[in-house]
Amino acid sequence: MIEVKNISKRFGKLKALDHLDLQLQKGECIALIGPNGCGKTTLIKCILGMVLPDEGEIIFDGKNIRNDDGYRRHIGYMPQIGRYPENMTIGHVLDMIKGIRNDSSLLDEDLYHRFEIAGMLDKRMRTLSGGTTQKVSAILAFLFSPKVLILDEPTAGLDPVAAEILKEKIISAKNEGRLILITSHLLSELEDIVSQVIFMQEGKLILHKDVTELKFVTGQNSIARSIIHLLKSES
Amino acid sequence: MTRILKYVAIDILKNKVVIAYAVMLALFSWSAFSLEDNAAKGVLTVLNIILLTVPLMSVLFATIYVYNSNEFIELLVSHPVKRSKIWKALFTGLALSMVAAYIVGAGIPLLIFADWDVALIMIAAGSLLSVIFVAVAFLSSIITRDKAKGIGISIMLWLYFALLFDGLVLFIFFQFSDYPVEKLVVMLSALSPVDLCRILILLRLDVSAMMGYTGAVFKNFFGTNTGLVLSFSLLLLWVLVPFYVSMRKFKKKDL
Repeated sequence: MIEVKNISKRFGKLKALDHLDLQLQKGECIALIGPNGCGKTTLIKCILGMVLPDEGEIIFDGKNIRNDDGYRRHIGYMPQIGRYPENMTIGHVLDMIKGIRNDSSLLDEDLYHRFEIAGMLDKRMRTLSGGTTQKVSAILAFLFSPKVLILDEPTAGLDPVAAEILKEKIISAKNEGRLILITSHLLSELEDIVSQVIFMQEGKLILHKDVTELKFVTGQNSIARSIIHLLKSES
Repeated sequence: MTRILKYVAIDILKNKVVIAYAVMLALFSWSAFSLEDNAAKGVLTVLNIILLTVPLMSVLFATIYVYNSNEFIELLVSHPVKRSKIWKALFTGLALSMVAAYIVGAGIPLLIFADWDVALIMIAAGSLLSVIFVAVAFLSSIITRDKAKGIGISIMLWLYFALLFDGLVLFIFFQFSDYPVEKLVVMLSALSPVDLCRILILLRLDVSAMMGYTGAVFKNFFGTNTGLVLSFSLLLLWVLVPFYVSMRKFKKKDL
């Protein structure tokens, strides 16, 4: 579904992405992990067209994404920190994004109802807590039933109940055959969601494996332990 | 694009700083007109206030707003919408709001107290100045990623256009007063939107009769209809050029 072909990106002296190759298939829920500054966010931003890679190309559904905006209608993105204009209300933000998408298909308002946002539509974004802002971001990501979901630290800042709701939503999206890309530092959070793991370091791909295969090869029973086991045995 | 524009404009018009700006302009203008018994003197006072504060507020507020909208711009870019549309919507929203604040604050008292032709040209010039300095703000906020640097560039540009440029032109004028440099000075003053506005408005006022030889040179050029059209086109260029440069940069920017 998404093919990343040999992309590189430099920010000054820093090599954020170093000849990275990836194949992401639909129906997978992929955890993108690695130490801080390893290029996870840059990779996501490249896929979203926010950062233009110096070299290489990204193919989405068989089409190169360079100079194309249309492919993004198939992507739902939830940023790590959502910051919205202070005086816009939740209702304004939702209405604005719906206007941009101009999608006549049925909206997925499941999260909207389960997070009980309807009663807060008049609240200004400035007055919201971090968790509520995250809920708005999550609603926007799922609203248009996109084929691809890119979630950057989705559960950070959410209360346990909301985090559980979001997790259920992610799992059901995976079961519907969509491609989900999640970054997170909390590997335990991802344990029961993800089907593949991508581990990056210094802009390079270290491994891309199925979770079951990974656990089998390393003989460990959790993702976190297998990764640590693998890293130790390599060094 | 209209949907983004609508909500950006609502967001800015609700902003406390913009409301305070409109109130401050209104206070200054009303008091300037009611303190002077002569409306023409009031106009001069208001003119000086406008030429200093309007560019400063427009450039500073717009710069800060663009930097604060970074994450919001990212969010918009992740949707299927052209970058140029986002940039245009932000610009139009900011420009319209600053113009609205200016018209509410200074435009109404001008219309009430000053002569109509003077009031109208002051409203037109002030509105254009607001838009010009929003465009300048877009340029300085795209030049650097660092917010503090961006605000610094904006303040420097304001200082240059509002204060320094005048001094430089005067300096040249006096240094070369033995030579016929009047035409050169006319051309030079077109290089600063603030001075262009000042000349345009002063020539509409009776005081221009007291500006002596230089005034006559200016009147010869800017007082004619061609001069008026030319100077307004120059002011429009001051909007278009910085904005288009910033948009070209924005299209290629890594967010």
